[in-house]
Amino acid sequence: MKILVAVKRVVDYNVKVRPKSDGTDVDIANAKMSINPFCEIAVEEAVRLKEKGVATEIVAVSMGPKQSQEQIRTAMALGADRGILVESDDALEPLAVAKCLKAIIANESPDLVIMGKQSIDGDNNQTGQMLGALTSMPQGTFASEVEIADGKAKVTREIDGGLQTVELTLPAIVTTDLRLNEPRYASLPNIMKAKKKPLDTTTPADLGVDTAPRVQTLKVEPPAERQAGIKVADVAELVDKLKNEAKVIS
Amino acid sequence: MIRDHETLNQLIDTLSRYVRDRLVPLESQVAEEDAIPDAVVEEMREMGLFGLTIPEEYGGLGLTMEEEVLVAMELGKTSPAFRSLIGTNNGIGSAGIVFDGTEEQKQKYLPKYASGELIGSFCLTEPDVGSDSASVKTTAVRDGDHYIINGTKRFITNAPRAGTFTVMARTDSSVKGAKGVSAFIVEAGLEGISLGAKDKKMGQAGSHTCDVIFDNVRVPADSLIGGVEGKGFYTAMKVLDRGRLHISAVSVGVAERLIDDALRFSMERTQFGQPICEHQLIQAMLADSQAETYAGKSMVMEAARKRDRGEPVSTEAACSKLFCTEMVGRVADRAVQIHGGAGYISEYAVERFYRDVRLFRLYEGTSQIQQIVIARNMVKEKQ
Ligand SMILES: Cc1cc2nc3c(=O)[nH]c(=O)nc-3n(C[C@H](O)[C@H](O)[C@H](O)COP(=O)(O)OP(=O)(O)OC[C@H]3O[C@@H](n4cnc5c(N)ncnc54)[C@H](O)[C@@H]3O)c2cc1C
Ligand SMILES: Cc1cc2nc3c(=O)[nH]c(=O)nc-3n(C[C@H](O)[C@H](O)[C@H](O)COP(=O)(O)OP(=O)(O)OC[C@H]3O[C@@H](n4cnc5c(N)ncnc54)[C@H](O)[C@@H]3O)c2cc1C
Repeated sequence: MKILVAVKRVVDYNVKVRPKSDGTDVDIANAKMSINPFCEIAVEEAVRLKEKGVATEIVAVSMGPKQSQEQIRTAMALGADRGILVESDDALEPLAVAKCLKAIIANESPDLVIMGKQSIDGDNNQTGQMLGALTSMPQGTFASEVEIADGKAKVTREIDGGLQTVELTLPAIVTTDLRLNEPRYASLPNIMKAKKKPLDTTTPADLGVDTAPRVQTLKVEPPAERQAGIKVADVAELVDKLKNEAKVIS
Repeated sequence: MIRDHETLNQLIDTLSRYVRDRLVPLESQVAEEDAIPDAVVEEMREMGLFGLTIPEEYGGLGLTMEEEVLVAMELGKTSPAFRSLIGTNNGIGSAGIVFDGTEEQKQKYLPKYASGELIGSFCLTEPDVGSDSASVKTTAVRDGDHYIINGTKRFITNAPRAGTFTVMARTDSSVKGAKGVSAFIVEAGLEGISLGAKDKKMGQAGSHTCDVIFDNVRVPADSLIGGVEGKGFYTAMKVLDRGRLHISAVSVGVAERLIDDALRFSMERTQFGQPICEHQLIQAMLADSQAETYAGKSMVMEAARKRDRGEPVSTEAACSKLFCTEMVGRVADRAVQIHGGAGYISEYAVERFYRDVRLFRLYEGTSQIQQIVIARNMVKEKQ
């Protein structure tokens, strides 16, 4: 079984991002970049499936600037067998990414596509679903558990108010939620071996994908500063304020 | 050996994340229980941390000196006890075999050191033999195709976990000093080897030292490292430069951690109506610490690169060890000072680091020994 995992290069989750002074975007010049945490979970899940003997090959693919190679190498250090970079310096929106993935899927014919439910930069939570629509592949989003058997994927999904289990016929798309697994640390020897694994490069144009943006960013600004809290004298006053000022209980 | 920027960055990144997300949260537990959890030991094995300096053909990473010091700086950002666990396999505990071992000895031991399956300790110091390390009293007497070892070794790091000891013993009692000393690779299970009680140390809880006593221990003659008598002390000296640069780098890493803790505290703590980082006297302590750490880092990096070029670095390594280990002592003292009363209370990591770093000035050659090495080299070069 072949698994395709998508990995995105994003600003590291420990970096505090600030808007640029002109409000056009966030300022991430020189910021530390990493693999998107949800993508890392996707890679880990694929590697576990390979370790269990369910999967035989893992291909890591990333859409983005040349430096996204670093994140593909990270995925290969964790256990992916080879990588594909779809190189583009454009700001790729979820639709463009999904179209690139669709083209890669047409070439690679994976049995399973695992990707993050969202990336921590755009927080769009759209790419997996769009890919499902474009390819007509079944999708199990927000996965907290994945089981593969008899050409099917049983995916436990984290939904409002509980868990839902769906059964998908392969090939299928799974998007990962936080609790699916806890990614390992790549071993240092594997990091060194990863540089010898094959990494192919292509472009959206080569794949016939139009990456023109559909969405225009009007303004980026920091969230409003939190107001200082107040002290209340007793529970009665608290309940009164929650009811009548905050209006969060009735 | 990496020698490739992207891969090196990735390795340092992974390590830095492991240190920050996994090891730092465990620091106080390790200090309190005086033990590193087994799961962490296993993780460190799986990550390949025991084989940093073991050559690649024997299953290690074969890092260059520059790469090794970068790794050591990262590991410096958490309790030195974690580094100490992998310290001997990457340094004194394996180096005898790496530098001078026979091919059989390399095949037999290095892959197991690299994987962490075997912990190697190094036995040079004795109750009466410290800085004057060439005066080793432990004896190894040839008896047919064996040697019989007798003596007591003191303060031996990782001895309670060790699978092998590299033992410095005198094979020729008629020769005083270095030339009569040979190095042996001795398996810990042999009859006649016993361990003293764990030493109660000032700091670095979780890392253990104890006496190792050799009472008529019969070791096969092929345990002689390199197969030649009288080379042991010179074998030990070969690892010194590397070890000194490694400890220098750890000191720099700890200094960076201490500065980070102190800076953060000073930005949160308010006295006299403003964060104490706004008070100039606090700023002076922060700035001096930063400047000295930067100086130390520059020294280590420069000396490491020089060693990688194959040039002699005896003076540079001793200068680095002297400066960096004394420097981290001053930085630790200031970090405690910046914390005020809190710095004296063990809830804050600086109290623990203040005790932990005291060791760096003592082992792998005391500061005085570094001064002697530096000055002697200076005189020798002018003669
Ligand atoms: C936690 C810990 C772990 C250790 N791990 C190991 C290990 O794994 N293997 C091992 O073999 N050893 C180990 N050691 C021993 C360590 O290397 C020695 O403690 C160190 O070399 C100093 O020797 P000493 O303690 O005998 O002090 P001494 O040599 O007795 O020194 C006492 C003082 O005299 C000074 N001094 C000595 N000679 C001179 C001189 N000529 N001129 C000026 N001053 C001088 C020293 O600088 C020091 O200040 C460890 C020690 C500790 C504390
Ligand atoms: C073991 C112990 C016993 C104690 N016993 C008692 C006791 O019995 N009774 C009691 O009342 N207290 C006691 N204390 C508290 C002690 O007096 C305080 O810890 C001490 O006054 C420092 O205050 P602080 O800890 O709040 O540090 P802070 O005042 O917050 O100081 C933090 C750092 O900022 C520096 N700093 C502060 N203001 C300035 C400035 N304007 N310019 C430059 N630098 C500045 C300080 O020098 C220090 O380096 C005890 C503390 C300890 C650790």
